[in-house]
Amino acid sequence: MPADAASRTPPTPDRALGAVPSAGLRLPSWLVTLTMLLPTYAWLTLAILLPLGAMLSFSFMTATPLGKKEVAFTFKHYRAFIDQPYLIGVAWTSLLIGLWTTFLCAVVGFFTALALARATAGRLRETLLILVILPFWTNGLVRVFSWTMVIREGGFLDLLARSVWPDAPSLGFLYSLPAIILGLVHGYLPYMVLTCYIALVTIDDSILEAAESLGARKWTVLWRIIVPMAAPGLISGSVLIFVPVIGAFMEPRILGGPRGVTLGTVIEEQFTQAFNWPLGAALSFTILALVLGIFATFSGVLRRSSSL
Amino acid sequence: MTAVDVTAIAKSYGKVEVLSDITTHFPEGSFTSLLGPSGSGKTTLLRIIAGFVIPDTGRVTIGERDVTRVPVWARNIGMVFQSYALFPHMSVADNVAFGLAQRGVKGEPARREVQRALDMVHLGGFGTRKPKQLSGGQQQRVALARAIVTRPSVLLLDEPLSALDRRLRQEMQVELLRIQRESGLTTIFVTHDQEEALTLSDKVAILDRGRIVQIGAPTEVYERPRTRFAAEFLGDTNFFTGTVADGRVSLRNGMRIATASPLPANGAPVTLAVRPEKITVATRDAAPEDGLTNRVEGAIIASLYSGTALTYEVDAAGQRFKIFAQNRDARPLARGDEVTLSWSPDHTVPIEDAP
Repeated sequence: MPADAASRTPPTPDRALGAVPSAGLRLPSWLVTLTMLLPTYAWLTLAILLPLGAMLSFSFMTATPLGKKEVAFTFKHYRAFIDQPYLIGVAWTSLLIGLWTTFLCAVVGFFTALALARATAGRLRETLLILVILPFWTNGLVRVFSWTMVIREGGFLDLLARSVWPDAPSLGFLYSLPAIILGLVHGYLPYMVLTCYIALVTIDDSILEAAESLGARKWTVLWRIIVPMAAPGLISGSVLIFVPVIGAFMEPRILGGPRGVTLGTVIEEQFTQAFNWPLGAALSFTILALVLGIFATFSGVLRRSSSL
Repeated sequence: MTAVDVTAIAKSYGKVEVLSDITTHFPEGSFTSLLGPSGSGKTTLLRIIAGFVIPDTGRVTIGERDVTRVPVWARNIGMVFQSYALFPHMSVADNVAFGLAQRGVKGEPARREVQRALDMVHLGGFGTRKPKQLSGGQQQRVALARAIVTRPSVLLLDEPLSALDRRLRQEMQVELLRIQRESGLTTIFVTHDQEEALTLSDKVAILDRGRIVQIGAPTEVYERPRTRFAAEFLGDTNFFTGTVADGRVSLRNGMRIATASPLPANGAPVTLAVRPEKITVATRDAAPEDGLTNRVEGAIIASLYSGTALTYEVDAAGQRFKIFAQNRDARPLARGDEVTLSWSPDHTVPIEDAP
């Protein structure tokens, strides 16, 4: 009987305590912490704070400082949304693309992760997980261009449709919002699958069985138990996707064509074509403020689910 | 309150037969333990009654209702898991209220029921806490409250005390028994701990390789084990193998042992079992006790001291005996001491299966 056997064993001395070396080099702990943090902070300063600081100062200038024009201090670029009202429409498009992409990634990614975590095991699970992450390993430009081949008029999608029904009208939807969203969902879905998967595999089977034994049907188990318990994964996945998608310019440019005017493409144009860095910088910071504003609004939700 | 019946249940996974032809009755309001080593099929049987596993053949009825094909959520069961399985994102009260909500009980009536259930497990003031703020024992009591608050037809316990330490486990055994008696729920309890099974149950079912080898009251299965497996799994046993001769069993070393149980015809091979604590060990010069008519002489070959009790190993003409004795004598017997062993024919039980 294991319990009896355990109670008969004499207490063993605590080896963990005895193993601490009494001699040897001892550095003060604050120094150790500082040494370990230094490379990270040095890199952060170099790679993020400096460029960001430069951009912030650009955004208050009347002209790009590399040109011959006189440079003066101004707030006018931050009034762009008022001076150029079409930007509000552009921002709305970006927001719409961001919300739709995040929403679709959440729905598809969550159920993919659920299937991976609950319905598969062992080698099959590993293989499927790698297939899901595959878009990460392909060049983004190749990935986006391959979609143009599929969804343009007379593309693979139409070929497929016409092989079933020869007189089918064209299903091509290249150069539209759905095309942009399709490309973005394809590229960013792995983030959602991974964050949800990590949240879902930690749910003990017996918790779901307990819910079922108490009378909950599959849908109730899903909504009352699985989704709330996977919320941290859904939220971090949404943050990881929403932020870059708002500023994305490659997918809107290639898949959106004339319809693909977003904040991302407008900003990109300021830097690459219009040579109006201050406006580009000011727009970038406006987006940053917008995104931070959205997260501040929902931070309560974030905190509650992370305290789980 | 309902009786539960399983009839001719069989279950295989591929070529591995986990349960074969299980038929048994769990009377209304009874506390039955399914006891067996890991792999004996006891958990599978519980999961079949719960509905998590569908048997290949056979029938499960809860009360009058055939539930063999009924999904888990519609069976009206209460279940407690070894890992507690509380919902970590809900408060203790919400955990307990979950089953009520599924049955459409909400608002004030639900709140009252939850409070009553939490009071029953002495956690009345813990409703607003989160599960992870509770100790293991408290969490398991919440799980128990959650399982009984819906007044299920049957309470299923899957090794609920195994994750607790020894002292807490004993406390919880008392609690569990009290709550089961108060609620009057038909209870089926899976355990691999024989002592726990004997302490708690009205009936103990011993499972071995997918079959129930014996089922009965704790005293019955302990005192009169029917098979070698049942005798060995439920405590220690001394076995003697011999042939029937004139109402006694004669061993190869010439010993003749009497039993109060009926024996087969002369010449038939038979195995007898005697529990180690039923044998009295005394020095040769001690006066014989009444009724202990089986007497053999031997010598102590090992003596183990464990405070309240002593375990002796005795050799008697080549036959080894294991004996548990209370620590009562002035001086424990030591290796080499010449002793007389005596025990009653009433405690000498023939084992059904062959040696």
